[in-house]
Amino acid sequence: MTSEEFNVAITTPGRSLRATPIGTLYRGGEGMWTWVLQRITGVSVFFFLFVHVLDTALVRVSPAAYDEIIATYKTPIVNLLEVGLVGAVLFHAFNGIRIILIDFWSKGPRYQRQMTWVIAAIWLLVMIPGTYFMMIHTIDALFGSTT
Amino acid sequence: MSNPLAAPRAGSRNKQRSNFELYGWLFMRISGLILVFLVLGHLFIMNILDGGVQRINFAFVAGRWSSPFWQVWDLSMLWLALLHGGNGMRTIINDYAERDQTRFWLKMLLYVSTAIIIALGTLVIFTFDPSIG
Repeated sequence: MTSEEFNVAITTPGRSLRATPIGTLYRGGEGMWTWVLQRITGVSVFFFLFVHVLDTALVRVSPAAYDEIIATYKTPIVNLLEVGLVGAVLFHAFNGIRIILIDFWSKGPRYQRQMTWVIAAIWLLVMIPGTYFMMIHTIDALFGSTT
Repeated sequence: MSNPLAAPRAGSRNKQRSNFELYGWLFMRISGLILVFLVLGHLFIMNILDGGVQRINFAFVAGRWSSPFWQVWDLSMLWLALLHGGNGMRTIINDYAERDQTRFWLKMLLYVSTAIIIALGTLVIFTFDPSIG
């Protein structure tokens, strides 16, 4: 089919223009981008998990060694990275629930697009106060009054 | 006259077919659902509650692991998260590593490193000594 014929085909009266092809869930649009993000957040969290088990294993070395590595988690930059980690985990968890609903709930595939925006809203709703409470000490240390 | 074309996968039809990928798919959903509670609870306690990360030190860990409840919590989280993550990584390697050799060695590296981390984490939880040092 030439591009001219294709243009005619998709602008045929009575047919709606769609961002994604009919009958697909993971090609284009919300379905594809949440799939991409699920992979990226999953890999990121998996690598952090290795680091986290290793740093916690220092409790078997000495209290001083553990306290020293944990001190880096309390610095402003690493604290900001923790917010990123929590954001990645939260997206992965919420989108995971969305995937379970798509797979097991009979109306899941029909509402997958709406569910994307629901999880995006819940993510924001949790992340805004979450970021504040996670960084309250860092904010105070950087910008708080010294009196 | 017999059909000149062999039916798709006719050769494998008689072979014992493995349900491994089906169980893997199911495991991701079941472990994922449990991990939502375990991990989000862990993140809330460690990063937000009662001063968050600023209050964590050796004494804090010792206090938590004096309770079997948190030991079981952390042990379940360790195993489920690493198996869930490991299976996800296996899927990604299968998707993107095209050469057989590359795919094989990447998966070997994944399996060995994941097994070491699970073993190390389990050892740490079971042999933790609050009076060390």
